[in-house]
Amino acid sequence: MINHLIVGPLLLPLLMGTIIILNTNQPIARRRILGLSSCLAILVITIILLFQSADGPIQTYVLGDWPTPFGIVMVLDRLSAMMLCITALLSLLCLAYAARGTDRQGKNFHALFQFQLLGINGAFLTGDIFNLFVFFEIMLLSSYGLVLHGGGGLRTRAGMHYVMLNLVGSSIFLVGVGILYALLGTLNMADLAVRMSQAPAENAALLQAAGLILFAVFALKAALLPLCFWLPDAYGFTSAPVAALFAVMTKVGVYVILRVYCLIFSEYAGVGAGLLTAWLLPAALITLAAGAAGVAGSRDLRRITAYLVIMSVGTLLAVIGTFQREAVAAAIVYLPHTTFMTAAMFLVADLIGRQRPHTVTGLVPDRPVGQPTLLGLLFLTAAVAIGGLPPLSGFFAKVMMLMTVTDSAGAPWIWGLVLGGGLLTLIALGRAGSVIFWKLLPADDPGTGRETAPVPVYTPADLFPAVLLLGISPLLVIFGGVITEFAFAAADHVINPVHYIEAVLGPDRSFPLLLSSGGE
Amino acid sequence: MEWLVSTCFGVMIACGVYLVLRARTFPVILGLTLMGYAVNLFLFLTGRLHTNLPDIISSSQTRYADPLPQALVLTAIVIGFAMIAFVVVLSLRALGELDTDHVDGHKEKPPS
Repeated sequence: MINHLIVGPLLLPLLMGTIIILNTNQPIARRRILGLSSCLAILVITIILLFQSADGPIQTYVLGDWPTPFGIVMVLDRLSAMMLCITALLSLLCLAYAARGTDRQGKNFHALFQFQLLGINGAFLTGDIFNLFVFFEIMLLSSYGLVLHGGGGLRTRAGMHYVMLNLVGSSIFLVGVGILYALLGTLNMADLAVRMSQAPAENAALLQAAGLILFAVFALKAALLPLCFWLPDAYGFTSAPVAALFAVMTKVGVYVILRVYCLIFSEYAGVGAGLLTAWLLPAALITLAAGAAGVAGSRDLRRITAYLVIMSVGTLLAVIGTFQREAVAAAIVYLPHTTFMTAAMFLVADLIGRQRPHTVTGLVPDRPVGQPTLLGLLFLTAAVAIGGLPPLSGFFAKVMMLMTVTDSAGAPWIWGLVLGGGLLTLIALGRAGSVIFWKLLPADDPGTGRETAPVPVYTPADLFPAVLLLGISPLLVIFGGVITEFAFAAADHVINPVHYIEAVLGPDRSFPLLLSSGGE
Repeated sequence: MEWLVSTCFGVMIACGVYLVLRARTFPVILGLTLMGYAVNLFLFLTGRLHTNLPDIISSSQTRYADPLPQALVLTAIVIGFAMIAFVVVLSLRALGELDTDHVDGHKEKPPS
């Protein structure tokens, strides 16, 4: 019995995006309703899929019923179900926030948003590496449109860098995929894993080169140093709901690194085994340090948040870089927290910025914001969650990550940099908060021309997306036990490629894999 | 033959990289296009170099041309074409908004 719900997160945004394009010249309310109902439906589907995968096997969906490995296959395991769910929830709230005015700046915002979801969901679901390229391109092409949404010189300049870098990245991705296909003769990721384990030693150098070429591309998507310099500009200058949605885009890179290097280049992979163990941890730690330096050195709340995205990627990949089951589980616990909280911070920063018409989110003294208590509380909650202080989810996720990496050789570095980075984050956010809320210019300062500008007053409808995003943090703590259990089960499926291969290719195909490692 | 094709690929990638590193949008776009062509050629080559092989499997033939790289390269060409079209439009818009064709938006220094 094939579970047709699996293609729902792909077909729904595709269909709705097309319908929205047909409604381009209709009143914007219609596009908003279509977009929001699509996001809501995807959320319902992904929650059902999450519960199905939580206590079920890995499910596959064979498009066109072509026998694997010849056709394209969609694979739903616990990790991809969780990523789909995170994306759906985040996109619903971001779209609700955008529907308060951001979407008026361009006609095609809602259509692009749906195609963006198609690309992201596709990247999480696909089990075919060339299909992954196609979904990356769908994701990128819509993200180009969304980054530039609203226009303006700074956005155009940042967008141009983003587009050109990613075009080069796509070319390199194809080279990597081409080498893999030329040597292994397949594109199905499970089949690639089996054939990689049987690859002759004379192809070792080329296969490893292909693996590292692909790593460079995924590192560009995930924004690992030295491929992260596009991110602060692109995320810092684009509109807030788009930046908040893009908090999950770097996680696509993280997900793909985890998926590909635990499957195709796993410990059973023969000549490709353990390809990333020497690279991922140091690269991630340097990224974490660079992100922390950026957070401490920025003079603008939006840029601080953009660097927080880099820090979260560095933290995740450093923990994943140990390639141990417990550490991967801890990273899976940290992933929803960091995605939702950085997204919430982008929205809070935008709410603050719109009430400071002269300096926006810049950290210079200005007149007080219109609703200081409300915005102050939102900012404080976001800062506590991101900084990793006790009552909220950041603290527990970080403790779990630090406890699970103690056996790894890189443990002192991970501990030092995660804790040091957390301290710098707290200092930077504390300073940002004190400048914005306390270091005020007198309201009636004559001669500056600043007393005239009117500021919007927020109603609950403006605030609820940010409040709900922040409300996820205590929920992650309350349901911490369930989530941790789920994360361990998800890590089991990710870290051991045999489950994935058996689900895709059938029960006996993982046999060569075990033989090659001298196992059972 | 293999020597010739791989030299072609190498030269195209080298020229592409050189052009992508230029400071004006026009050469950068040319470089991206050239890299795209080189990569398409590379994908095409993943089916190996053959001549006179049939593309339809039959019982009398033991060797045949691999059809998959041709499908892949078609997909890559279409996507690459869309991307280049987009980046051309984007750089025209950047020229309008930033008033310069420098990739970092630097203004022209006045001639001294």
